[in-house]
Amino acid sequence: MQETYEPWGKLKKSRVDTIYPDQNLFSLQGRSNISYLPHGLGRSYGDSCINSHGDTVHIATKGYDRFMLFDHEQGVLRCESGVSFASILQVIIPQGWFLPVTPGTKFVTIGGAIANDVHGKNHHVGGTIGCHVKSFELLRSDGSRLICTRDQNVDLFRATIGGLGLTGFVSWVELELKKGSAFFDVEHVKFDNIDQFLRISEESDHTFDYTVSWVDCLARGPQLGRGVFMRGNHSTMSSHETCVVSRKPKVGVPFEFPSWVLNSYSIRAFNEMYYRRFKGFERHTSQHFEPFFYPLDSIHNWNRIYGNKGFYQYQFVLPKDEVDALKSIFDIIAHSGQGSFLAVLKEFGSLESPGILSFPKAGYTLALDFANGGAKTLNLMRRLDEIVMSHSGRLYPAKDARMSSEVFKASFPQYQLLEELRDPMFHSDFWRRVVG
Amino acid sequence: MKKNIVIFGATSKIAEETARLWAIEGHRLILVGRSLERLEPMKQDLHSRGAEEVKTLELDFANHLSHESFVDDLYQENDSRIDIVMLCHGLLGSQMEDQSSIEKSLEVIDVNFLSYVSLLTPLANKLESAKKGSLIIVSSVAGDRGRQSNYIYGCAKGAISIFAEGLRNRLDRSGVNVITIKPGFVDTPMTKDIEKNKLFALPEDIAYGILKAEEKRKSVVYLPVFWLFIMTIIKLIPERVFRKLKL
Repeated sequence: MQETYEPWGKLKKSRVDTIYPDQNLFSLQGRSNISYLPHGLGRSYGDSCINSHGDTVHIATKGYDRFMLFDHEQGVLRCESGVSFASILQVIIPQGWFLPVTPGTKFVTIGGAIANDVHGKNHHVGGTIGCHVKSFELLRSDGSRLICTRDQNVDLFRATIGGLGLTGFVSWVELELKKGSAFFDVEHVKFDNIDQFLRISEESDHTFDYTVSWVDCLARGPQLGRGVFMRGNHSTMSSHETCVVSRKPKVGVPFEFPSWVLNSYSIRAFNEMYYRRFKGFERHTSQHFEPFFYPLDSIHNWNRIYGNKGFYQYQFVLPKDEVDALKSIFDIIAHSGQGSFLAVLKEFGSLESPGILSFPKAGYTLALDFANGGAKTLNLMRRLDEIVMSHSGRLYPAKDARMSSEVFKASFPQYQLLEELRDPMFHSDFWRRVVG
Repeated sequence: MKKNIVIFGATSKIAEETARLWAIEGHRLILVGRSLERLEPMKQDLHSRGAEEVKTLELDFANHLSHESFVDDLYQENDSRIDIVMLCHGLLGSQMEDQSSIEKSLEVIDVNFLSYVSLLTPLANKLESAKKGSLIIVSSVAGDRGRQSNYIYGCAKGAISIFAEGLRNRLDRSGVNVITIKPGFVDTPMTKDIEKNKLFALPEDIAYGILKAEEKRKSVVYLPVFWLFIMTIIKLIPERVFRKLKL
C-alpha cells in the first residue's frame, strides 16, 4: 500500500510503499534491490526520513507504540520505537520523572529521536538522547535480532545512535529517565548583540540546566545578533501531580500561507515586536514545561506558514573559538534579508554522545529557517557552508535537504564507519545524495 | 474513584486507545478478546501507563450460547462491581467478496450484530439490577444508510444502533446510560487497505471522544463530530435520488 510522505520542510512529496512492523518485516525480500527505511512522525526537515528512489519501502512506526516496562523506582522505561515523546511525558510526569533530553517538539518518536541523536536545551549538561539510551533491539534484514548496549554489539549501538535509521529496524528502546518536576523556573534576559550573548551564555551554563536563545537574525551593525536568552531549571516547589500534558495543539494553520506573507519587511517587523516585548530581565516561576520546551507544538501545522514552496532549515555547529566566523555568518544573513523569525542559538557542551554520526559537538549551534526562495536561498546557504566548513563546523543531517556530498563527507569523515555498518537493505534519499 | 472497566474486542485500535486513556486515569481494566496471546502485550502497555490492574480474558465471539455464563463469571469474579462496559469488536469484511458468499455475509452479521445481542442480553440485565453504570456500544456511521459499497457491514451496524437505542430507552429508568458511538473513517488496521483522505480520523481522537461521551452521559455520539452533519445530509437525500448515487 502506497502512502504520501512530506517531510517537515514541505519541499517535496513522495509516494512510497508502506508496511507496518507487525507484518513479517522482511518478507518482501523476493523483490530484488528493495530498500527499507523506518519512518516515524516525519519531523525531519529534509530527505533523511524519505526513501523514494527505486524500489523502496517505508516501515511506518505509527501505531507501533506500546510501552513494555516502566520502573517507577529506577526511572527506566522500555517501549516500542513508535512511541512518541508526547505519550512518554503523559505517562512519566505523574510519577515524577521527565525526559532526559528533548528536542523542540514532543511530536517525535523515540525511534526517530535515536536515529537523529536529538539534543535539547540541556545539551551542556545532559548531552544528546543517545547518552541516555541503555539498550535497544535491532532487527537486521539478514533476520538477526540484536540487543545493543554499551557492552554488547557496541559497534551497532554506536552506529544506530545518530545513524539516520540506516542500520536496521529498532523494535524497542530502553531509556533512562530524569527525576524532576514538569514545572520550570525560567528567566529571560535580553541581549543587545552577540558579545553580550556569549557572556550570558558563559555564566548561565553553570547555574542553569536549560538554556537557549532566540536571535533576531535581521538586526545589523551594533545590534548584530541581538536576542533573548532563555534559561531555566526544574522547579523545586511545584508538585508534578497537578501537571496536565496537553493532548493536541490548541490552534492550527489551516492552509499554506501565500508566499508573500513572509518577506523581509514582515519578518523584520515581527522580530522588532518580539524583541521589544521582553523587558531586560524577567523571571517566571513554576512555568508549565510545554511553553518552555515546545512553544511551536501549540500551533498545528506551523510549517504551513512558509507557503506551498516549503522551507529549508539550516543548522550548523561551530567550535567555541570560532566566534568571528559566527559573527560573519550573522552578518551575511542580516544583509541577505532572507532570515526568518525562528532563529535559535545555543551553546553545546562537551559531553560526547556514543553515536558515530552524532551532530552536536562543543561550540555554538545556530538553527534558522529560510523560506524556499529558489536559487537565491540555495546560493546563500552555499556561502554559509563555506564559512562553516573552513572553521571546522558541520551541518545537522536531520535538518538538511541540500548540502553537497563534498560538504557532508568533509565534515563527517566518520561516515564511512556508518556506511560499513549500514544494513545493506536500508537506504534513504539523504544517504544516496550525500554518500552515493 | 477507581473504576472497573470491561472492554470486549480490546485489541481493536479504537478500544486500545480508549483503554490507554483509562489506564492513565488509573482504573482497573478487564480486556476481552479472541486470543490471550494478542492481549498480553496490551496488558504490559496499559500497566506501564498507569492502570491499577489489567486482566485479560479469552472469548469466542461466535459461540453465542457461551456468552451468558461468561458474563455470569465476569460479574462473580468482580464482586458484581462493573462500572463501564464497552463493546468494540468488529469485522469490516469486503463488500465485493461478501455479496457473492452467503457464508461471508453471515459471518459479518454474526460478528458485528449477533454476538452483540448475545453479550448485551445478559450484560443489560446485570447492569439493570446494579442500577448504575455505563454501556458503550461502538456502532458506525455506516449503519445510518444502506450503500452499495458497504451494506452488509452497514446493516449489522444499523441493527446494533437500533438495539442500543432500545436498550437506552429501557435502562434509562435504572440509571444506566447506554451510549452509541458512531465513528466515521478511522485510520486503524481495520482500514489499512483503504487510501486515506482528510475524512480519516486518528484512533486516539476517537478514544478521547468516547471518554468525554461517557463522562457527560451522552446518548448518540458521532466521532469526529463533523460526521453528524455529513450523515444528517445523507439521511435527508430522498430514496429516489439516493438509489442512483454511487456511494
